[in-house]
Amino acid sequence: MNTTVDVASEEMPEGIPLSERGPASTRVVAAFGFWLFLLSDIIVFSALFAAYAVLNGETNGGPSASELFDKRHVLFETGCLLASSFTCGMMMIAIEERSKASTYFWALVTAALGVVFLYLEVSEFGGMLSAGAGPSRSAFLSSFFTLVGTHGAHVTAGLAWLLIMMAQIGTMGFRPMVIRRMVCFSLFWHALDIVWIGVFTVVYLGAAHT
Amino acid sequence: MFGRLTWDAIPLNEPIPLATVCVLIIGIVGILSLVTWKGWWPYLWREWITSTDHKRIGVMYVILALVMLLRGFSDAIMMRAQLALAAGHAAGFLPPEHYNQIFSAHGTIMIFFVGMTFVVGLMNFVLPLQLGVRDVAFPVLNSVSFWLTASGVLLVNVSLGVGEFARTGWLAYPPLSELAYSPGVGVDYYLWSLQISGLGTLLSGINLTTTILKLRAPGMGYGRMPVFCWTALASNLLIVAAFPILTATFAMLLLDRYLGFHFFTNDGGGNPMMYVNLIWGWGHPEVYILILPAFGVFSEVIATFSGKPLFGYRSMVMATMAICVLSFMVWLHHFFTMGAGANVNAFFGVATMIIAVPTGVKIFNWLFTLYGGSIRFTTPVYWAIGFMVTFVIGGMTGVLMAIPPADFVLHNSLFLIAHFHNVIIGGVIFGVMAGYTYWFPKAFGFKLHEGLGKAVFWCWFVGFYLAFMPLYALGLMGATRRMQHYADPTWQPLMKVALGGAVIIFIGILLTIVQLVVSIRTRDRRRDLTGDPWNGRTLEWSISSPPPVWNFALLPTISGADAYWNAKRHPGKFAHAAALIPLEVPKRSALGFFIAFFMVILGFALIWHIWWLAIVGLLGAFTVTLRQAWKTDLEEFVSVATIAEHERRHPSQVARA
Repeated sequence: MNTTVDVASEEMPEGIPLSERGPASTRVVAAFGFWLFLLSDIIVFSALFAAYAVLNGETNGGPSASELFDKRHVLFETGCLLASSFTCGMMMIAIEERSKASTYFWALVTAALGVVFLYLEVSEFGGMLSAGAGPSRSAFLSSFFTLVGTHGAHVTAGLAWLLIMMAQIGTMGFRPMVIRRMVCFSLFWHALDIVWIGVFTVVYLGAAHT
Repeated sequence: MFGRLTWDAIPLNEPIPLATVCVLIIGIVGILSLVTWKGWWPYLWREWITSTDHKRIGVMYVILALVMLLRGFSDAIMMRAQLALAAGHAAGFLPPEHYNQIFSAHGTIMIFFVGMTFVVGLMNFVLPLQLGVRDVAFPVLNSVSFWLTASGVLLVNVSLGVGEFARTGWLAYPPLSELAYSPGVGVDYYLWSLQISGLGTLLSGINLTTTILKLRAPGMGYGRMPVFCWTALASNLLIVAAFPILTATFAMLLLDRYLGFHFFTNDGGGNPMMYVNLIWGWGHPEVYILILPAFGVFSEVIATFSGKPLFGYRSMVMATMAICVLSFMVWLHHFFTMGAGANVNAFFGVATMIIAVPTGVKIFNWLFTLYGGSIRFTTPVYWAIGFMVTFVIGGMTGVLMAIPPADFVLHNSLFLIAHFHNVIIGGVIFGVMAGYTYWFPKAFGFKLHEGLGKAVFWCWFVGFYLAFMPLYALGLMGATRRMQHYADPTWQPLMKVALGGAVIIFIGILLTIVQLVVSIRTRDRRRDLTGDPWNGRTLEWSISSPPPVWNFALLPTISGADAYWNAKRHPGKFAHAAALIPLEVPKRSALGFFIAFFMVILGFALIWHIWWLAIVGLLGAFTVTLRQAWKTDLEEFVSVATIAEHERRHPSQVARA
C-alpha cells in the first residue's frame, strides 16, 4: 500500500467532494477491504441459513428441533458471546489508549468467554452425537451441524487470531500495522455476534414452531 | 499411507489420456529444462513469480488463460469430432465414460480458468492505470489470489494423469455428483480445485473492489471513471456477493461426500434441487462477472477508435449497475423445468427479459458512438463490431428461452448450447481478445501484428457461426446436450459443419500463437515509444509503455471524464507542478507461491484421502501466512533519481503536455 499519497486528501480544500479527494489512507483501505470480506463471509452464512430453512423439517424420522434443543443452555451460550463482544470493545478502547496491560486483560476476558461459548457448543454437539442425532442422521441435522458448526469454526479461528495478535502486540508493540489488524479482528468478532443472533433466532427460538 | 491412491490411478490402458499426459509432461519438462539451461530461474523468480506488481500479475493471469484455452479447446474439438462420427451404427472414438469427463472438463476449464482468469487478468492490469494510482489496494494478496487460481489449474490438469475428472457436467448436479453415483475421485478433483481457485477469485474481487472504491487519482469522482472501471466495479461486486454462495454450496456437497451429510442426497431428507437453486444463485451472476468487463473493453475500444467520447456515459453506467442488480433475480430461468409452478416461472421469465433492456441500451450507445465518428478499423474494432452482431443474436435466443413454455421444449438441447456459446464466445471471448490486442502495447511497448490479428478475428468469427448455427438447428431437431452418440443419421451433416467450424476456430487459436511469435520477433519495428499508440482517452495511455513499477511519477489531477484526452486538448491542467518525491512500492513476496504450493498439496491429499498429507498442507499454508504476519518491511522506496531517470528516458505525455 502506498502511504505517500495520503497527503493528497489533506491538501485538498474542504469544498471538494469526498469521492474526488484522491486515494484513501492505508487504515481506511485496510478496514474497507475487511468489511468486504465480512460481507462475503455473511453471504456464506446466508447460504447455510437458506439450506437450514429448506431442510429443517426434513427429520427423516429422527429427532426434530423442538425435541433436541435446551433453550436455557443456549441462552447462557448467547450471553457469553454477547458479553465477549462488549469486552472486545473494552479491549479496543485499551488499544486506543495504548495500554498493554488492559489490552491483555480484556483480550483474556474476551478469549475466556469465547472458550466458554465453544465449550457449551461442543458439549451440546457431543450430547446430540451420543444420542444418535449426528449430522448424518437427517438432512435437518446436516444443515443444523453445518450452520452452527461453521459459526463455531469462525469463533475458533477468531480465538486463534486473537492469540496471534496478543503475540504481535507483545513482540511488535502498538504499531499502525498491528492496530489495523486489531480493528479488523474486532470487526470480525462483532460480525460473529450478529451471525449468532441470527442462529439463536432462527435455529433455537424457531425450534418451538417446528 | 496413500489413501485411495494406487497405481490404478494412472490411465495406462487408455490411449488418449495417456498420450495427452505424455505430451504434456514432455512439454513441461522441455520448458523447465530450457529455463534451467538458459539460467532464467533467478529472473523468473524475482521479476514474475514473486512479483507483487499488478501489471505483472495481470500478464501472468492472461498467459494462464491462454494456456488453458488450449486445454479447453482440445476438449471441445474432441467432442465435435466425436459427434461428427458417432451417428447411427458408428461408435466414434471416445468411450462414454471418457466423453463425460471431456464435456465436464471443457465447461469447467472454459468458465473458471479461461473466462474468469482472462477477465481478472485484464482488470488487474488495467484498473490501477485507468484510475491513476500506483497499485491495487493489497498487492501481496493480489499475488496470493493469482497463485491460488494457478493451484486450481494445476489440480484440474493433474486429474488428467492421476485418477479421473468429474463425469457430471460442469456444475456437478447432485444426486449424480453424490458419493452413491460418483464414487471416484473425479468430483473431488472438481470440487477441491474450484474451492481453492474460488478463494483466489473472491480475494481478488475484494482487492479490486477496494481499489476502485478507495484508490482513485485526485479529482476522479465516480462520474469521471472510465467505463471499463465501472464495469469492473460491477463485476467485482458480483464476485464478492456471488462467489461465497459457490463456496458454501460446494462445502455442503463436500460434507455429503466426505462425512455422510444429507444436504443433496436422495435419502435422509436431502434435497438435490436445493443444490441447483444455490449453484445458479452463483452461476447467473457469474455470467455477468464475465460479460460486464467485456462490455467495458468494448466501450473503451469503440470510444478510442471512433475518436469520440462514449455516447451516453451516464446511461452506460446506469445500465451496468442495473445488470449488476438484476443478475441476482433471474437464476431460476436455468431450470424452469424444475416445476416451481406457472407464477414463479412467469416472474423469472419476465425478470430475464427485463435484463435485455439495459443490454440493449448498451448496444445502442456503442452504435451511436460509432455514428459520425472517424473510425479506425483496427483489430480491436473488428472484435467489437463482430461482437455487436453476434451478441445480439445470442441475446435474442436468450430472450426466446426466457419464455417458460419455449424453454420446456429447448431445455438441455443443443439449442441451449448454441445460445450460451453465442453469448460467451461472441461476448466474453471477443471482448478479452479485443482487450488483449488493445492493451498489449501498453504491457510490452510494442504492437501486435495487425494483419494476423485480423486473421485471428475472421477465424473466430466465421468458425463460431459454422460451429454453432448448426447447433441451433440440431437443438430444434431434438438433439440433446452431453450426447455421446445419436441414432438419427440426418443430424450428421450439420454435425460435420460444426466440426468444420471448430477446426476454423482452431486455426484462429494457432494464429494467435503465430501472431505473438511474429510480433515478438519483429518487435523493434513495432515499438511504440510514445506510450499512446492508439491516441487514447484514458490515463493508462499517459505513461510510458511498459509503465514503470510505480505507474505514475506524479498522481494526475482529474477534472473530467476522458481525463487524458482532455489533457491532450488542454495542456497544463493535468499534471500538478510538484517536485518528484521518493515513492513506496510493495516489495516482492513469495507468500502467494508458497501458499499455493501447500494448497496444491492439501487439495491433492484431500482428493485421495491421504489425511496426514492434508495436515502437512494445511500446516504449511498456515505457517507461511503466520511468518508473513511478522514481516514489517513490506515496502521499499524508489529513489527520486531512478524516477527522474525513467521520466527523462520515457517522457510521459503528461510531462510533455
